Amino acid sequence: MPRLCGDERDKSMVDSPPNDMLNLEAIWRALEDVKDPEIPVISVIEMGIVRDVILNNNQVRVVMTPTFSGCPALHVMRQDIARRIKQLGYPEVSVEVRIYPPWRTDWITDEGRKKLKDFGVAPPSIQGDRQGVTFFELSTCPYCDSEKTTLKNNFGPTLCRSIYFCEACQQPFEQFKAL
Amino acid sequence: MELPNLKEIQRNALSQRLLALADDELILAHRDSEWTGHAPILEEDIAFANIAQDELGHAMIWYGILQELSGKDPDRLVYFRGPEDYRNCQMVELPNGDWAHSMLRQYLFDAAESIHLDQLQNSQYRPLTEAAAKIRLEEVYHLRHTSSWIRRLGLGTGESNQRMQKALDQLWPYVGQLFILSEEESILVDGGLVPEPDDLWQAWQALVLPFLEQAGLRIPNDNSTIRPDRSVHSEHLAPLLAELQEVARMDAEALW
Repeated sequence: MPRLCGDERDKSMVDSPPNDMLNLEAIWRALEDVKDPEIPVISVIEMGIVRDVILNNNQVRVVMTPTFSGCPALHVMRQDIARRIKQLGYPEVSVEVRIYPPWRTDWITDEGRKKLKDFGVAPPSIQGDRQGVTFFELSTCPYCDSEKTTLKNNFGPTLCRSIYFCEACQQPFEQFKAL
Repeated sequence: MELPNLKEIQRNALSQRLLALADDELILAHRDSEWTGHAPILEEDIAFANIAQDELGHAMIWYGILQELSGKDPDRLVYFRGPEDYRNCQMVELPNGDWAHSMLRQYLFDAAESIHLDQLQNSQYRPLTEAAAKIRLEEVYHLRHTSSWIRRLGLGTGESNQRMQKALDQLWPYVGQLFILSEEESILVDGGLVPEPDDLWQAWQALVLPFLEQAGLRIPNDNSTIRPDRSVHSEHLAPLLAELQEVARMDAEALW
């Protein structure tokens, strides 16, 4: 089949077999296997940190964004993303880290939020247009859904979590920090 | 404005400024990390370790922009410069002292940083606005943490108030340096690349002074300030760097 390029390709998107598009979809799907090493139940796709995948002449370029600037898991995820795409048969993969636009916890998918909750980490509240979290954020217990919770520590076992205590079920729990 | 549009003189001045920003974060991160295993309670041990890691992440962002601008490798800058070439302010290199001292330093610095980042979002240089947009979201957590402790200690027992007051008296002369640009850096203000230092100073005072007073602390009358030149350091920086650089300097060519 002759390769289409430029405008021609755009016009014929609908009726020609878009190989690159199928391949792109396969890459996005494969990246669902790459997990956040600090919260191994949730993938980099569900976290919303993979911003773009560009496939050109069999070369793949991935644009990703860090969650927290100092997150040590970033480098592991970067390597894992490249490794997973190479397994699909692409020899050349580059992963570019971009800090802008800054990652927002609103980008975590609904499925991702559910997995966080099941893992015992309260999902971050929706921020919408807010520029930064309010000073005192309420939290809902991931175990019993009570809102009778108190902040115990702004900081937790990783940069992205704080520690709360649930007065209803008397359990300490982790809250994913909203950004 | 993008990198290719910068004039040579702006590029040099911006390199200086970025080095100062990055070095402040790095050195403070190192001091914070010294609390690991030593904080009064486990939660605070974890908190300072987290704050250290955040500040280190922010240092990496500033060193990264500096690298794009000047080609200087962050690892070389961090591990192979002597104290005379560091451009951090003196406040961040001071030994930790007691926990009140560390907490207050972190608060004074965080307040300055938050105000700086807010205003830096209007910079004419795109990489600076982008970095500011990212970092300020994370800084909220620092200020939330440190300010709640300042209030608690300031209004706590006689001893906790006394310790906070002592820390404030000691740190006060070092604050001014956070708001001073070198003569060379001043051209960045005219080009709208960085905020006007006096605006930052005014905004900082409006935020911090009433807060400290409400926390039962007396603002020192002493207006003396240490020398503003960032190439001048206290005797405390050299031993800090000796520790920070020790492993990297054992084998400069090692890969990790």
